[in-house]
Formats: sequence, C-alpha cells, structure tokens
Amino acid sequence: MNHLRDQYGKEIEDVLARYPETQKRAAVMPLLYIAQREDGYVSTQDMDDIAELLAISTTDVASIVGFYTLYHDEQAGRYRIQVCNDLPCALRGADDFLDGLCDHLGVKPGETTPDGVVTVEAVMCLAACDKAPMFQVQSYDGIAYHEVQTVKSAVKLVDGWRKEKASG
Amino acid sequence: MAEHILLRHRDNKEISKLPTYRKGSGFSAFERAVTKLNPEEVTDIVFDSGLRGRGGAGFPTGLKWRFMDKNNWPHYVAVNADESEPGTFKDRELMESNPYQFLEGVMLCAYAVGCNDAYIYLRGEFWDLAHELDKHITKLHKEKLLGDQLFGTEYSLRIHTHLGAGAYICGEETAMLESLEGKLGQPRLRPPFPPSFGLFGKPTVVNNVETLANVPLILEKGAKWYRGFGTEKSPGTKIFSLSGNVMKPGNYELPLGTTFRELIFEHGGGLREGRSIKAIMPAGASSSLIVANDVALDTPMDYENVPNVGAMLGSASIIVIDDSVSMDWLINKTVHFFEHESCGKCTPCREGTYWMKNITERIHHGEAVWDDVLLLNDVATNIKGKCLCALGDFATEAVTSSIERFREDFETRVPQSRPKTEVKLSL
Repeated sequence: MNHLRDQYGKEIEDVLARYPETQKRAAVMPLLYIAQREDGYVSTQDMDDIAELLAISTTDVASIVGFYTLYHDEQAGRYRIQVCNDLPCALRGADDFLDGLCDHLGVKPGETTPDGVVTVEAVMCLAACDKAPMFQVQSYDGIAYHEVQTVKSAVKLVDGWRKEKASG
Repeated sequence: MAEHILLRHRDNKEISKLPTYRKGSGFSAFERAVTKLNPEEVTDIVFDSGLRGRGGAGFPTGLKWRFMDKNNWPHYVAVNADESEPGTFKDRELMESNPYQFLEGVMLCAYAVGCNDAYIYLRGEFWDLAHELDKHITKLHKEKLLGDQLFGTEYSLRIHTHLGAGAYICGEETAMLESLEGKLGQPRLRPPFPPSFGLFGKPTVVNNVETLANVPLILEKGAKWYRGFGTEKSPGTKIFSLSGNVMKPGNYELPLGTTFRELIFEHGGGLREGRSIKAIMPAGASSSLIVANDVALDTPMDYENVPNVGAMLGSASIIVIDDSVSMDWLINKTVHFFEHESCGKCTPCREGTYWMKNITERIHHGEAVWDDVLLLNDVATNIKGKCLCALGDFATEAVTSSIERFREDFETRVPQSRPKTEVKLSL
C-alpha cells in the first residue's frame, strides 16, 4: 500500500521519466513537493512511500527534508508568509516591515496565528532585492512572490485568506 | 545603453512570446549550429568571443566546454539557476522576461558538448518561473526545436527543469549536482571537476543562466562583434544588480568596465538626499566592503580592476551602503546569513560561522569588549582557505574587511570602559 503512488501514479511516472533509469533517487525532491501538497508538510508515511518508490532508505528521505528549508515535517499555518530580511532588503526597510506585520498579527517570527491561517517566518535572500520589502507565500502547492509591500498590503492579503476560510 | 543584448525585453516586451522571438531571428543560430556546424566549431566561436562565466568566477566559457571528457558518455548540461546571493536578482528577470534567448543558449551549449539531456536547476522559490519555463519547453517540442532527430539530423535534445528547495549552497556547482542527484546539497572535493566527473558521475558543463543567455547572439553575430563590447579581458555586457541605499535599484545591463560611479549615480539615481555613500559591496553579501572614495568610484567594474580596490566582481551584485549604516549591524546580517546557509560539511565553516554569529551579535548589542572584535577577526581568518567550497571564505570577507577598513564603527560600539581582558563566550 503506497498512498502516494495510488494517488499520484501518473504524475510520479512523469517525474521519474526525467532522470536516467538507474538514477531514480534524483526524483526525491520533486516527489517531496508532491507529498507536501495535501497538508503542507511531509509525514513519516510520505517518507516511507517515497523511500519505497525510489528504493532508498526512509532516513535518506528524512535527511533531505531536514536539509532544505522549503520542506516541512510539521504542520503550520495554511499560508507561510516568508519575509526576506537579509542585508539588501534590510537596507530598504524589511526589518521594520517584518516587525510591523508580526505586531499586527500578534505573532513572533516562526509562529502561527491562533486561527491557523498564517505562519510568519523570516527567511534568507529571495532574489528580489530591488523590490523590498517583499515576501513569498508558500502554500501547500506553490510559492508566490509579493513585492514592494507595506504592512497594509500584507494585512489585506491575510484578511482575504481569513474571509476565504470563514466562507468555507 | 540603447539596445540590450541580454535584457532585450526592455526594448521589445513581446520577446517573451515564441513567435516574436522567432521573428527576430530567434533559434536560427541553433538551427544553423545543428545543421551546418559541428560541435567543436560552436565551442570555438564561444571560446573566441572571450565570454566568461557570469555566475561569479569569471571562468572562460569556451574553455570549460573544451574540458569535457570525450572518452566518457553521456554528457550533461546542468544550468545553474539557483540564484541566491543576497544582492543578486538578474537571472530571475532574464528567465522571466527573455526566456527563449536563455533556452536557446542552453540548447547551443548542449549541442556544443554533445548533450541530449539538459537540466535547469532552479531555486525552489522560483516555483512559478519553473512552471512557466516548462510551458515554454513544451512549445519548443511542438515546434520541433526540441525532441528527437532535430532538423532531420541525428541530434536529439530534451530540457528538464528541477526545483531546489531553499539552500544557498546549491549555487556551488558540485553541491548543485549532488542536489540534482537527490542528495544533500554539499560540495564535493575538487578535482575531479564536473567536465570530467559531474552529474551522475558523467562529464557535465555547469553554466550560469546569464552566461548562456549570451550565446545565441554570439553565434548569430560572431565572436568579433561580441568583443566590440566591454574590455579586452572581460568582453561583452554584464547585468549589474544594483540594490541597497540607492534611489533606483534594479538590473542594469552595461558593458563590463563601466565605473561604479556611472552605475550608482547615473543609472541608479544616486542616494537619498542628505546621505552620502560609505561603502560598496560589489559581489553581494560574499563581498569585501570597499571604502567608497573617489578612487573606488572611478574603478571600472570588470574582473581585473575590482580586485585593485580590495574586492571581487563576482556576480556583479552591487550593494550600496550609505553613511547611516554601522558596520557592526551590517556584518551581523551577513554572518547570520552564512551561518544559516553553511551546509555543515567542513568544520571550519560550520563551527566558524556559528561563533562569528555569536560574537557579532554581542558586538552589535553593545555587550562585547575590544578583545571580542579581535577574536572575531581571528575566527574569520581561521575559516579562510580551509573549506571545500568558497562559502566559508565568503562568510569572512565582509567581516575582516569591515574590521580593517571601518574600524571606528566597532570602536564606538564596544564600550571602552570595560576591562579588555574580560572575554565571555556565551553558548
């Protein structure tokens, strides 16, 4: 019983076809993104499934999850607001932006709002230094950039998500 | 610059559409190469153009292609689109807005080195961009510019995108190859270099996005035309990513050898009113800090001249620092970045960046003594040159150069009244 194969069989085949037959392990990163699609994190069951699909150990899969910052092994908010506050962004007000956003949402960086909608994180450079303050939103299935932001514009985005959640 | 070679979408927005790109002679260089030139001839033209790698090291591109081991097959091309250096945001614009020129560059490189499967390794954050590129690649298959037996020849080529997942170290070429193989992104011991032992243990060319975007026009217009831009040793144009305390941050495509002054004050609109320029980091967070005096400002930005003022050109990510910034704050930022991004393989980098972070935190919060500044410098000096890849060295550049060149910033931050021998290391 391999839940991932059952659910995403065709897609997984397409991913595997990109790499030489003897190098299946190369598919571990794309498969982790597929596993993360359902609830925003990789469960131990997902890791077992991927290990079986690629004929590597679960420990190997877990080491990849631990090494790369865009994979998560715990559930967080439905949306992760990942604010870049590295040097070039900080020179353009990213630290103040992050503080302002956290104050407004009543969380500290790394924390999730009580309604489970948003997790705010401070992250490393996102290659948008000329558009600071900026952040990316990592949802269960995708990452989107939001550039030239203010606390007001970010809060508006969050309010939209909250409405979406309330309307079900 | 009136006409761009790389940022051509600034002259013609529609160039991101395939019919428009093809109308402007797009893919004619690729078709000519595959049908009329042999791979060595393509490599020779790129070699003669003097094109140097735009990822940071400035290595001659044609020479790298010539190094491919012809006794070991298959050959691979792995494009480095992991753009993660704080201050660098050029490849993203290129791939977003002029995607077909970039893809044609990948295709020409693949043909030149006899590769049938090319991989584009994009940082995971470029999620939407990777999906856009996938759509472009599908279109190229439909137009028979990619696929089997191209233009009726025996040559076949496929391009695959591969998303990373948030690790700066994967911009280092061997770490990128490890990551592409499904392993931790940790650098390999070199030699062997990728052209003899690369992806899946096979000969591999690793080139930066911007480097390859130059290739279609070099093939179309010739090496001599390309050498008409830039300087003798650094030919061509370069995309300079300008950020920090400057009025108009952004990407500027200019000939190599343009001065810092021209970039910052003419193109970048100078600094905010009432502020003066204090320092420049020409290669992003990995850079030494240059004191922004007249000599530095009048220095040509190319691979040969920037070292004369005590830094490297790298990927040409120019971060402007004004006089409101104190260097203890600045290195606290850069060290925090490298401590987070150290892959943990080499002890001097893993432990050294951790301790540098601790010490810079204390200095920045006014909890340090002067001996801590010396200790910080000592830790940095002991990382340098002792790691498998350049990340360790990069982590130290801003630290040692700012202590040397902006000493007063640290002197004012460290209370002089406290006894200088009191060294407390907080865990």
